[in-house]
Amino acid sequence: MDGSADQNQVTIEVTVNGENRQTSIRSNLLLVDFLRYELGLTGTKEGCSVGVCGACSVLVDGKITTACLTLAAMTDGCEITTAEGLADQEQLLPIQQSFIDHGGFQCGICTSGQVIAARALLDQNPHPTEDEIKAWMMGNLCRCTGYYGIIRSIQNAAGE
Amino acid sequence: MNAPTTPPPVKTEFDVVGTTPIRKDGEEKVTGAALFGDDIHLPGMLHGAMLRSPHPHARIVSIDTSKAAALKGVRTVITGADMPTLSSTVVAAGEGGEVNMQDIADNCIARDKVFYDGHVVAAVAADNKHIAEAACALIEVEYELLEPVLNVHDAVAEGAPVLHEDYTPGAFLFPTQKALPNAGRLFMEHGDVDATFDACDHVVEREFTTKSVHQGYIEPHVTTAVWTGEDTLTIHTSTQGGFAIRDFMASFMNMPMSKIKVVPMEIGGGFGGKDVVYLDSLAAVMAKRTGRPVKIFMSRSEVLRGTGPSPETYIKVKIGCNNEGQLLAADLYLLFEAGAYPGGPIAPGTMCALTRYNIPNVRLDGYDVFLNKPKMKPYRAPGATQANFAAESAIADLAEMAGIDPIQFRLTNALKPGDMMPMGFPCPPLGSIEMLNAIKNHPHYTAPLEGENRGRGISYAFWFGAGLASCAEIRCNTDGTINLTTGSADLSGTRTTLGMQAAEELGVDNDLITTNVGDTDSVGYTFQSVGSRTTFATGIAVISACRKLVEEMKKRAAMEWEVEGSEVDYASGVFTLKSDSSKTLSFGEICGKADHTGGPLIADASEFPEGVGFQIAANIVDVEVDVETGKVDILRYSTLQDVGKAVHPDFVEGQMQGGTVQGIGWALNEEYFYDEKGTLRNPTLLDYRMPTSLDVPNIDCTILETPNPGHPYGVRGVGEVPIVPPPAAIRDAIKNAIGVSLNDLPMKPGNVLKAIWEQKGK
Repeated sequence: MDGSADQNQVTIEVTVNGENRQTSIRSNLLLVDFLRYELGLTGTKEGCSVGVCGACSVLVDGKITTACLTLAAMTDGCEITTAEGLADQEQLLPIQQSFIDHGGFQCGICTSGQVIAARALLDQNPHPTEDEIKAWMMGNLCRCTGYYGIIRSIQNAAGE
Repeated sequence: MNAPTTPPPVKTEFDVVGTTPIRKDGEEKVTGAALFGDDIHLPGMLHGAMLRSPHPHARIVSIDTSKAAALKGVRTVITGADMPTLSSTVVAAGEGGEVNMQDIADNCIARDKVFYDGHVVAAVAADNKHIAEAACALIEVEYELLEPVLNVHDAVAEGAPVLHEDYTPGAFLFPTQKALPNAGRLFMEHGDVDATFDACDHVVEREFTTKSVHQGYIEPHVTTAVWTGEDTLTIHTSTQGGFAIRDFMASFMNMPMSKIKVVPMEIGGGFGGKDVVYLDSLAAVMAKRTGRPVKIFMSRSEVLRGTGPSPETYIKVKIGCNNEGQLLAADLYLLFEAGAYPGGPIAPGTMCALTRYNIPNVRLDGYDVFLNKPKMKPYRAPGATQANFAAESAIADLAEMAGIDPIQFRLTNALKPGDMMPMGFPCPPLGSIEMLNAIKNHPHYTAPLEGENRGRGISYAFWFGAGLASCAEIRCNTDGTINLTTGSADLSGTRTTLGMQAAEELGVDNDLITTNVGDTDSVGYTFQSVGSRTTFATGIAVISACRKLVEEMKKRAAMEWEVEGSEVDYASGVFTLKSDSSKTLSFGEICGKADHTGGPLIADASEFPEGVGFQIAANIVDVEVDVETGKVDILRYSTLQDVGKAVHPDFVEGQMQGGTVQGIGWALNEEYFYDEKGTLRNPTLLDYRMPTSLDVPNIDCTILETPNPGHPYGVRGVGEVPIVPPPAAIRDAIKNAIGVSLNDLPMKPGNVLKAIWEQKGK
């Protein structure tokens, strides 16, 4: 195999955090690498590479998506939101502020993905029960908090 | 370990300590702006990848890198033969032990032999990581396979294949002695153990096993090396200790420490696993050869195969008491995996297995066992969780055999302040009796628990924690704001808790202080963020620096009033002339006058605290066991911990909850699974399953505060002990639920069913 040979380029047009981008990329480029290394949006993290840990969670047309399992080429024509794009005009979203206020993280490596996942949950279910939060958030691993700081953060954001 | 000295009384009234300000790194973490190890990109940077051995034990006959080197975009390929020769291999470690630096260098990349599935044999730097990975696949390695040693019993058996013809015995926390071809030994005995067992009314003998579990930080290991001159190296990495990485690298590269700068990035979890070199030496050598920066980012399977998990163990316990429930004798035989090289956590495991109890006759016989698995690393209270599972479970069984209430049994035997400890000094202040009474009076413990196959369990745990070297530097700006720099990596919010201690000591608004983690050029040597030491030990350095700063500022105020510094008082942000209390200058005013009173206001401090406050914790847990499937559900969980003084109570609870959940994962489902050939069969997070939000209940936290006289505010270390009690507590609950003893971790459905069938029939 020649690592440099797989250079089949495709052109995609995406809207990332509200900004339109038309760009030529390698067809085998993963969405997580596109965001991190082509666009410099390093808030999206790679933790497991198999779609289990959720650190790479982003919104693609509003749907929560693991960017480590998605080819960037598949997002042609889509709207993508990353952690960097959640806050509006310097004003944190309530869910972001709530993670700060209620112990939603310790080291912070999973936090971008957690906040994206929480946002996706609250978009479709503004007042989730504790069991609904736990079921939804099971796709986002956290090794620091033991999860209840995250659950409390979501509950408090939902209450506002 | 030195006996704690008698310190001055601790402060008991606080303005800032004990409050819960929001964390200063909050906004950057929720917006994705925080820069972690993989978030750096330098001009011209190359990307590295490694080829790892598929064999657990083999001699490297030859390595042909020519096809890889010829691949377009590949800039260099290295093997163990390309690494610098160490000028000094064996260096002194604490307590009279030694560390063999060659072992740690060889663990990064094998020289003659590979010692585990996943051991690095070659590395490539290329224009992108896809090319680097493709090049690794083109490297041809000829191996001569050797018989692997895959469990502790085989390793210590006579005639076992020998991993290392000679070795430097491990010295983690306390030295071991050369004992067996594949094991170092730590042996301690006092009293007459064998004779006393004959005099005991009740004796329990049990064998326990635990499996390897990984620290499981969500951020894989990553480093970027760049040479900023012919002999000057900068490393940007995610680590628990920049100075540790610097000092290892100075040894591996034969460079002066002063010529290596380690820049700590935000760290995405460590738990004991991120304070040693794995990638930095490979990146540095490849950066040197190419003249370009090199970054290496591990995949998750590389993390699981190649970095240190916590060891698998076998622990045999014999323990006896009289009819009154007084413990008389204990005999522990512990086999802890060291992995490929000496230096696993056998010593702390052995030394804190029973320390929380007074037992007059004790024999501890621990082995640091070398076998063909990764070199084991500390994981949050290293060794203590395994040892506590065994010892505390045996204690529970003994109390039951003697017919004595489990808490009363522990109260009868608990180590109390002033009791002589096995280390040879009296126990410093410790809230052991208060802790055990707190369990007894806890609303969870007194609440009824009904229902079939449900049970409640408890356990009690002890951990040492660490002091060691820390530095802090504080600088005042002319606008009255303050920059505080320490050398301690921030794993969980310690910039905030260190800043709070500065605000407390200076009597100023917490918001005036910005705390940062210094690189190794910008602050004094500071030991790693390990051993629950950061808020405790670096906190002491911060307080010392603040005290020096106040003395200097008093002199500045005195200059304004044309008096001696001793004529000035300071309290709550205001300097006052003793002889005329109408004359005052605020903290901010002195800052503003710095240029006219002698120059910028700075102070620094270096400390090596000896007065480590021991950590104790206890758990109460209710479980329900599905006897058809063996699945254990946790219904309710409470943890109690004595933290000395909670600097930030919310953060303390975060440590308690997070550590407890890691302990639950260890107890119920996490394990490394090696096949009979020595291949790790579950090196992904699909198959190495850590707890998710669905698996755990809320962990109710009770904070107790028995001040530690070794810290000016009474602070104890917090981070580690929460992981220790869960396995023993959950075993106790399962036993009380279904009358079956689980002596093997994890207590997964298969093991639970097996125990039910063995002990109660199918």
